[in-house]
Amino acid sequence: MSAQAETAPPAVREDRRSGRQLVDTLIRAREISLVGVLAIVVLGTTAINPRFLNSQNVRDILLNVAIVALLAIGQTVVVVTRNIDLSVGSVLGITAFATGVLFADHHVAIPVAFAAGILFGAFFGLLNGAMVSLARVPSLVITLGTLYVIRGVDFVWAKGRQINAADMPDSFLKLGGDTVLGIPVLALITLAVLLVVGYLMSRTRMGRELYAIGSNPEAATLAGIRVTRRVLGAFVASGALAGLAGVLYAARFGTLDANAGTGQELAVVAAVVVGGVAIFGGSGSVYGAALGALLLACIGSALVVLKVDQFWEQAIDGFLLLVAIGLDRLLALRVAALLRKRSGPHHAG
Amino acid sequence: MSAAEAPILALDGASKSYGAVRAARGVSIALRSGDVRALAGENGAGKSTIVRMLAGVQRPDSGRVLVDGEPVDFHGPADARDAGVAVIYQEPTLFPDLSVAENVMMGRHPLGAMRRIDRGALHRTVAELMERLGVRLDPEQPVRGLSIADQQLVEIAKALSFEARVLIMDEPTAALSGHEVERLFGVVRTLKARGAAVLFISHRLDEIFEICDTVTVLRDGEVTHDGATKDLTSDALVRRMVGRELSQLFPKLDTEIGAPLLKVERLTREGVFVDVSFEVRRGEIVGLAGLVGAGRSEVARAIFGIDRPDAGHVEVDGKPLAPGSPRAAMRAGVGLVPEDRRQQGLVMELSIERNIGLTRLGALAGKLGLIGGGAEQSLAAHWAERLQLKFHRLGDPVGFLSGGNQQKVVLGKWLATSPKVLIIDEPTRGIDVGTKAEVHRLMSELAAQGLAVLMISSELPEVLGMADRVLVMHEGRLVRELARDEADEESVVRAATGQLEGVA
Repeated sequence: MSAQAETAPPAVREDRRSGRQLVDTLIRAREISLVGVLAIVVLGTTAINPRFLNSQNVRDILLNVAIVALLAIGQTVVVVTRNIDLSVGSVLGITAFATGVLFADHHVAIPVAFAAGILFGAFFGLLNGAMVSLARVPSLVITLGTLYVIRGVDFVWAKGRQINAADMPDSFLKLGGDTVLGIPVLALITLAVLLVVGYLMSRTRMGRELYAIGSNPEAATLAGIRVTRRVLGAFVASGALAGLAGVLYAARFGTLDANAGTGQELAVVAAVVVGGVAIFGGSGSVYGAALGALLLACIGSALVVLKVDQFWEQAIDGFLLLVAIGLDRLLALRVAALLRKRSGPHHAG
Repeated sequence: MSAAEAPILALDGASKSYGAVRAARGVSIALRSGDVRALAGENGAGKSTIVRMLAGVQRPDSGRVLVDGEPVDFHGPADARDAGVAVIYQEPTLFPDLSVAENVMMGRHPLGAMRRIDRGALHRTVAELMERLGVRLDPEQPVRGLSIADQQLVEIAKALSFEARVLIMDEPTAALSGHEVERLFGVVRTLKARGAAVLFISHRLDEIFEICDTVTVLRDGEVTHDGATKDLTSDALVRRMVGRELSQLFPKLDTEIGAPLLKVERLTREGVFVDVSFEVRRGEIVGLAGLVGAGRSEVARAIFGIDRPDAGHVEVDGKPLAPGSPRAAMRAGVGLVPEDRRQQGLVMELSIERNIGLTRLGALAGKLGLIGGGAEQSLAAHWAERLQLKFHRLGDPVGFLSGGNQQKVVLGKWLATSPKVLIIDEPTRGIDVGTKAEVHRLMSELAAQGLAVLMISSELPEVLGMADRVLVMHEGRLVRELARDEADEESVVRAATGQLEGVA
C-alpha cells in the first residue's frame, strides 16, 4: 500500500495480512458460495427441464422472492443487533388487509396507500422495539407474543371478510404484475430497498453501530453507542419494511383476508440464516440475506418444474437451514483453530 | 473560584453499594491537569467501582461527580466521553467481528460527503495512531483472533483517538510486555505534558513509582491515603493497602508433604499452552502464577477435562485420567473451583442446600432415583457448619450470600465429594478481606488433611503467602518453579513477564 507499510518487517506484515485475508475470504465466501449454489440449482434444473428459465417462470420466481427478500432485509437489520423479529408475517398480513380496506372503503390514492402501509408497519415495529429495548425482555419472546397478538387483531378486524381484486384500483393491481425489461416492478422496488439498506448498513455510522451492538452489546454501551435507540430503530426498520411488503402483497395477490403472510416469519429467518447472517449478531449482510431468499425461492420453483412432490419443499428448506448453520459452526471452529495455531508461534517471537 | 485550580474530574464523597457489599464509602479523588495519579489497593478494595463512577458507567448512591469543579450527572459512558474522559478497562471491550480501525473509531468514523463513512480516512487515521504508538497492527484486520496484548493496544489507540482530557487506565499493563509498557508510559508522559489528567491502576508497585506523581490508596472501599508518591516507600504503600500483617491474612499451616497425587505430563493445547509438566503432592499447596492470558485457567480446564488437550496426559493418584471428561475427573477425585463462581461455580437461583448437593446427586438419590430433601439438607448442614458459612436459611437462594460465603458454598460442594485433588482458580476474587482470611484458613486446613491443592491466583501476596511451591506461566509455557523460600514478588513478576535471568 503506502511507503510506510513497507518499512515494517515483511514477515510479520505478511503474517497479519494473510490472517486478515483468511477471515475476509471466509466472510466473502458465503456470498460467493451462495451464488455458486444458485448457479448449480438454476443450470441443473434448466438442463433437465428448459421450461425453468422461460420468462414466465423467471417472473414468478422474482415476484415471489420480492416479498420474502424485503422481509429478509428488515430481518437482517434486526438480527445483526443480536435480536430477532418473529412478528413480520403478522405485520405483513395486517398491513395487506389494511391496504385493501383503504382502497375498498376509503378509495385512497396509491401513494397514500404505500405511505400508510409503511407507517402502519413502522408502528408495530416501534411497539416491538419499545418492549424489547426498554423492558429488556428477549426479542424472541416479545415478537413471538406480538406475532399472535397482531394476527389475532387482524382476524377480529376482518371478521371473515375477504377483499377482492374488484375492490382495488386497476393501476394498483397492475403494479403487482407489471414488468420493466422483463423484471417485475415489485422486484425492482425490493432491489432499490436492498441497495439503500445495504449502503446504510455498511457506510453510515448508524449501520456500523448496529453491527457493533450485535458483536458485543456491553462494549457498545461503553463506546457510548445509544444502544436502546439503535435497537428500537432496527425494529422500526423491520416493521416498516414488513409494512411495505404488505402493500406489495396486496398488489400482487389482489385477494386479501386475515390469513395473508401466515408462517412467513420462518421462511424469512431461514433465508437470513442461509444468507450467512450470524444469528448471534455482529456479522452478515443484507445482500447475503436477499441471496438466501432468492436461493430458497429458486429451489421451491425447481421442485415444481421437476415435478417433485411439493411437500418436499419444506423439508428441503429446513435441510438447507441446517446445512447453513452447520457450515457456519464448522467455519467458526476452523477459523478459531487456525488463529490459535497462528498466535502460538507468533508469540514466541 | 479559579478554574485553573479545579480538578478536571473528581469524585466528592462518593459511595456505592452492590446489595450488601459497600464497594465505595465516601471516596474523594481529584484528577488534575498534568498529574498522573495512581489508584492503589488490593483486589476487591473498590478500585473498579471508582473507575465505573468516573466513567459514567454507574452513578454513585451518594456524593458527587465533578467536572472542572462543577457537579455533573453522567447518564452513561457517552456523557463521560463527551466530557473528555477516556477509559481503558481491565478486560478489553472490543467488537470481535469488526476491524481494528472500526473498533478504534466506533461512533466517530470520519465522514465524507452526505455523512458517508470515509473508509480511506478511517484507515489512514488509525494507521497514524498505530504508528504513534509504535505498533504494527493492520487497521483493516478484524479484532477476532488478536492476542490479548494486541487487543489492549487497540484499547489504548481508542483512548488516544479523541483528545482526551482525562485518561483512566484500569490495569492496562497486565497483558503487556516490558517493551510495550515502556511505550505506553511514553504516551502517558506525552499526554501529561499536554495537560491531561491520568488515573493509573496497576498491581505492579514499581510501575506506580515510575510513572505516578500522586497516589490514592483504597482499602475496603475507603481512602486510607492520598499524597505524593515520592513521600512513600513501597513498603509503606503496601502497609496502607493491606492494613494488617500478612501473616494474619495468610494462615499457612505446616503440613507433611507426601506422595504425588496429581501428575501432569507434557500437557499441550495448541496455541493456548505448550508442554506443561508438574506434580502436586499430598498435603501441598502449589500456586500457579502468571499474567492474565498466560494460560493458567486453560491448564486447569484441560486437567479437569472441560477442554481436550492435544497432547500429554494427567495422572491422579498414580492412575491415568481419561482426557476430555469431567465425569472421569470427578470419579478420580478431582474438584475444580472455577474462576467465575457466579457463572460456572454456582446455580445462583437454587438454594444453598441444592448447590452443595449438586456434586453428590448420585449418592443422595434413594432407591427410586429420587432425591429426598432430608439427605440433601443434612449434607448441606454438615458442610455449612464445617465451613462456618454465614447464612439465614439453607433454603435461601445462594445469590443472597456475600461473595465470600458463596465461595465457601462452592468449596463445600466439592469437599462433599471427598476429593484427593482440588484445583482452585482465583480463590478470593471479589471477596472482602475478612472472609478472604477464612478462605485461606480453609485451604490451609484442607492441605493439612492430605489434599493436594493447585491454586491459580493473580494476587501475588496470596501466592506468596499460601503456596508451598510456585509455578509461573508465561505465554502458555511453564517458565519457572520456585520453592516457598525462594519465591518473592520480584522473582515471580520477572518470570511472569518473561524476563528470565540466565534461562533460555
